[in-house]
Amino acid sequence: MMSAQKWSFRITPVRMLLLLLALLAAAIAVYRLVTGLGSATNLNDEWPWGLWIGFDVLTGVALAGGGYSVALIAHILHIEKFNAIARSAMLTSLLGYLLVMIGLFLDIGQWFNFWRPFVSWGYHSVLFEVFWCVSLYTTVQVLEFGEIATEKVVKPLHKFFAKAMPFLLIVGVLLPTLHQSSLGALYLTQVGKLHPLWWSPYIGLFFLMSSFFVGPAMVTVETSLAGRAYNHWIDTKILRSLQRIGFTVMLMYLALKIFDLTSRDAWQYVFAGGLESNMFILEMAVGVLIPLVIFFTAWGKTRAGLTTAGAMVAIGVIINRMNVVITGMIGYSGAGYAPSWMEWMVTIGLVAGGMLAYCFICDNFRILEHEDEQHKAA
Amino acid sequence: MSKGVLVDVTRCIGCKACQTACKQWNDMPSSIPEFDNNLGHPAKTNGYTWTTVYHRVVEKDNQDVIRTTKFQCMHCLDPGCVSACFSRAFQRDPKTGAAVYHPHLCVGCRYCMLACPFNVPKYQWDKVFPLVSKCQFCFDPKGKYDRVGHGQAPACVSTCPTQALMFGEREEMLQEAWNRINSNPNYIKHVYGEKEAGGTAWMYISDVPFEELGLRADVTERPIPQYSHEFLKYTPPVIVAWGGLLSAMYFYTKRRKDVAAEKDKGFKA
Repeated sequence: MMSAQKWSFRITPVRMLLLLLALLAAAIAVYRLVTGLGSATNLNDEWPWGLWIGFDVLTGVALAGGGYSVALIAHILHIEKFNAIARSAMLTSLLGYLLVMIGLFLDIGQWFNFWRPFVSWGYHSVLFEVFWCVSLYTTVQVLEFGEIATEKVVKPLHKFFAKAMPFLLIVGVLLPTLHQSSLGALYLTQVGKLHPLWWSPYIGLFFLMSSFFVGPAMVTVETSLAGRAYNHWIDTKILRSLQRIGFTVMLMYLALKIFDLTSRDAWQYVFAGGLESNMFILEMAVGVLIPLVIFFTAWGKTRAGLTTAGAMVAIGVIINRMNVVITGMIGYSGAGYAPSWMEWMVTIGLVAGGMLAYCFICDNFRILEHEDEQHKAA
Repeated sequence: MSKGVLVDVTRCIGCKACQTACKQWNDMPSSIPEFDNNLGHPAKTNGYTWTTVYHRVVEKDNQDVIRTTKFQCMHCLDPGCVSACFSRAFQRDPKTGAAVYHPHLCVGCRYCMLACPFNVPKYQWDKVFPLVSKCQFCFDPKGKYDRVGHGQAPACVSTCPTQALMFGEREEMLQEAWNRINSNPNYIKHVYGEKEAGGTAWMYISDVPFEELGLRADVTERPIPQYSHEFLKYTPPVIVAWGGLLSAMYFYTKRRKDVAAEKDKGFKA
């Protein structure tokens, strides 16, 4: 066990900027809660769901997918070499989900009523599954973090958390499998509304698979950022074999996409030109095709190549989610939607706040270097 | 048996008395008219207007003619909003067939607005705590605004001066619709709402194509809830199978690792 130590949080210019952004977002959030959605956002009857649902929730949950995919690989399958990255992946995921919860809370009109689905069960709704799984999974992740936290604070509880870990880990992979897919399945009801490039009977499966393969990609990007900030470099070989698992799932994703477009006779839309087909081609090229090429060339064996491929995969998933929520709905809605500056600032501030929290926790708990029991945190 | 309304577009004169009756019966605020191109006000239903009359200039037999169409919640037999709501704020009353909104259960997620195939639910965007807003078929379980529950016609139907709206058992309204279509070649051979979204309580007949009136043409005939069910039915088996598989993999790979570690005598925590 580690010896007792003080809390530390270095303030650097970057962290100062992040803090300012987070504080500005907090101020806007208060304004939104006091004055209502209409005055803070550009949402309207044609666009009931916008940036906050599209990015803060749908994209946020997907990018936090690293938590469950790495937990599955490292802790359920016990592939030990991945232990080195498991904690940071799971921490990113926990912070991601907490931000999603804040984003959701800001987006619902009757926010004092947020607990209602816990007692009034609308189990016919896909959103009901999303709501329960995301709430439970966030709780599970907090408990999983309890195992790390009790290394430092309230130490007597550590052995209980350690005991509970197997159960938490199994439930912690099961729940995301359900809600990652159901986030996509929310759009099944949009039949005839969502553009056929994205509406598919398999949209749930697409969301699930992409949330799985974006996990290793995000972990690679994140370890590269953390490597620079904390001078803690993960072996390239580990990153490559982790990404290999991700890219295997991505190949299956690509195959299912091809099958889906063929079976629905939707290739005509891919090459139809115009906003939708351009955005679809961009999404597939940036997020799937080019990263695959990078991975299977020599450059894909280097840290720079792996990080670039990872970043592209993450950007591709962001484009995909925004395409579903916004691009794919423009044709039906007939009206455009551009988020208000307050919507942008809240989204940016949430991400900034998440990065700050990540830094604080890395400064004070054993996240990056924890293989060595004798380790002393810097 | 649930209730239904037959809208005969050929009998509508666009007087908007139904709009006024709706506002009056349901205590909804009015607003200053701002007529737009289609002569309707408001052009679409909104957070405080449950029904509106579309005015459209359409071509018929090489002549420009005006057609007016009342629009409101269609009250689907198997409503998308009811299945989409994760807190049961939407419930269908089986006796009347009304898809009713219960504000106290609403979280304000607005998934109903996306799930509705007719884009009916609207939102009170100007409020701090906005509610969803849509026609309740003049049915109110609490009684204050109830008409249909007492066997009366909805306020809009009662007030219609030209019998463009007809209220009764849905089956009988459907029969009446086909009787009129079959006895007059002027009508389009289609009852809008007979099969749309799996069937709706409100049904339309017209002498010009329905999409030219402002009604959505490409509505699926399969009820929206079935699309969700097609996905959700896999949830219980996935929980059991995937949860079991994960547990098995966890204990199998852990045991294998422990055995290997024992052999190597190189135990690592």
